[in-house]
Amino acid sequence: MFGLLSSDVFQKALLGGTAAAALAAVVGCFLVLRVQAFAAEAFMDICFAGATGASLLGQSPLIGMIVFSLLSALGLGALGERARGRSVEIGMVLSFALGLGVLFLSIYTRTSARHSNAGVSILFGSILSVQPADLYRMLACGAVALLALAAVYRPLLFASIDPTSARARGVPVRALSVVFLLVLALAAAACTFVVGVLLASALLIAPAAAAAAVTIRPYRTILLSVAFGLFITWAGLLVSFAGPWRHPPIGFSISALAGLVYAVAAIAGRRGRPRRVPPRDLNREVRGSERSA
Amino acid sequence: MLDALRLPFIVHAVLTASFAAVVAAVSGYFLISRGLTFAGHALPNIGFAGAAGAVLLGIEPVYGLFAFTIGAGVFVGFIGKDIRERDVAIGVVMTFALGLGLLFLTLYSGYAARVYGILFGNILGISAQAVTVTAVASGLILAVIAILYRPLLFSTFDPPAAEARGVPVQLLSVLFMAIIAVTISLSIQVMGALLVFTLLVGPAATATRLVKDPRAAILVSIGLGLAYVWLGILLAAASGRLPVSFFIATLSFLVYLPVRLLSPMGQEAA
Repeated sequence: MFGLLSSDVFQKALLGGTAAAALAAVVGCFLVLRVQAFAAEAFMDICFAGATGASLLGQSPLIGMIVFSLLSALGLGALGERARGRSVEIGMVLSFALGLGVLFLSIYTRTSARHSNAGVSILFGSILSVQPADLYRMLACGAVALLALAAVYRPLLFASIDPTSARARGVPVRALSVVFLLVLALAAAACTFVVGVLLASALLIAPAAAAAAVTIRPYRTILLSVAFGLFITWAGLLVSFAGPWRHPPIGFSISALAGLVYAVAAIAGRRGRPRRVPPRDLNREVRGSERSA
Repeated sequence: MLDALRLPFIVHAVLTASFAAVVAAVSGYFLISRGLTFAGHALPNIGFAGAAGAVLLGIEPVYGLFAFTIGAGVFVGFIGKDIRERDVAIGVVMTFALGLGLLFLTLYSGYAARVYGILFGNILGISAQAVTVTAVASGLILAVIAILYRPLLFSTFDPPAAEARGVPVQLLSVLFMAIIAVTISLSIQVMGALLVFTLLVGPAATATRLVKDPRAAILVSIGLGLAYVWLGILLAAASGRLPVSFFIATLSFLVYLPVRLLSPMGQEAA
C-alpha cells in the first residue's frame, strides 16, 4: 500500500487523475444543468481528432486536444444559443471530428510499426505513460478553467437555470455560454487525456449526474459531485494498481465505478423525494428545438 | 479504375454499403425526428463492448453486437421521455459498456485486429455470406418500417395525440429502438462502431433541412446516403489506403454545412 504511493507511475497517475476528476466534476454540474451532455460527448471526439493530428505532427497529444477543442468551442460559440440542445448539429460536428480522427490515426499507424497501438491509448487513455511536461500543462489548464468558472459562477448559474429571465435581467447569456464552452473544452481535454476519448464521460458526466440525482442545491451538488469524482478516480486507481484478479485496466475500473455510483444515486434519489420538475421553460425550449431540428 | 469495381471484395463492399446506407437513411430519419440523436451515438459504442466480449468468448462478433445493441436499444425505449434524465442515463450506460469493452480487449490476448475491425470498420473484408445476411436483414427492416409507417410517424411527431388515439406509443418506441439496433449492427461492418452514427444521422439531417414532407424527406435521405457511400468508396479506392469512413463522414458534413446555413427552415426552428 505505502510502497504503491511512493511509486513514480502511481504518483503521476494519482496527480493527473485527481486534477482531471475535480475539474470535470465541477464542469459536469453545469453540463447537467444546461442539458449539454451530448455537447460534452462531441468535445471528446474533437479531442480524438486533436490527439491523432498532434501525434501525426510529432507533438504531444494533449496539445492537439487542447488546441482542437478550444477552436471548436469558439466555433460552436459562434452558433450562440442555437447550439443549445441542438443535438443534430452537434452530431454532425462530432461525426466529422471522428472521421478526421480516423483519417489521422490510419496515416499515423502506418508510419511506424511502433505506432500500431496509438489508437488504443488515445481511445482508452494513457495515464500510465503520462509525461511530466503534459502533467504540468494539464494542471495549468485545470487551474485556468476553474478560475474562469469561479469568476462567472453566479451569472452562469442564473443563465443555466433560467436563460429567459437572465437575459431579461441583463445577464450576458450568450457571452457566458461561450465562456462555458471554452471551460468545457479544457475539461474535456483533461479528462480525455486521463481516461481516453471513449471513457471521458465517466469523469465528466457521471459524478455530476449522480450528485444532481441526490440534491438540487447548487453548492451541495458541486461538492457532492467533486466527492463522487474523486472517489471514482482514487478507488479506480487503487483497484487497478493494487486490486486482485489480474489488475483490470484503469479505464475499466473508473468507468465501472462511475456507473455504479450513478446507479446507486439515481435509485436513492428517486426513492428519497418526489421527482423533481425541471424549470418549465427550459424544458420546453430544449424539446421544442429537438423536435424541429 | 473500372477494373477495380469488378474485384469480388469491392463488389461485396459496394453492395453491403448500399444496403446499410438505405436502411440507415430510413431509420435515421425517424431517429432524428424523435430527438434520439444521442442514443444513435451511444448504441454503436455499446455494441462494441458486445462484439469485444464475443471475440473473447470465441464466437462471431456479430452475435455480441446484436445482443448488446438490442439490449441497450430496448433499455432506451423504456426509460423516461424526459430528455435530461435520458441523455445522462444513456451517457453513463455507454461509458460503462465501453469500459467493459476495454476490459474484454485487455483480457483477449489473441489477434486484436478483429476488435479493431469493429471500431473502425472493415469494408474490404466482407464475405459473400455477410452480403446475403445484410441483404435479408435490410429487407426485413424496411418491411417492418413500411408496415409500421403510419403509427410510427404519428407517435414520432405527436406522442400525446397518438396515445390518446390508442396508438401503443411505448411499444412502438421499444420496437423502433430494436430496429435501430439492427440497423447499427449492419452498418458497423461498413463504417465501424465509431462512425456508424454518420451513416445514420448525416443523410437524414440534411434531408429534413431540405424538405418537410416525411415521404420526400425519406427519399432524399436514401439518395444522399447512397451517394455518400458510393462516392466514399470511389474516393477511398482512388486515394489508395485512406479509410472509407473518413470520406463518408467528410462528404456528409460538407453537404450538411451549406444546407444548414442556407436553409430557410433553420430560421423557423431558432
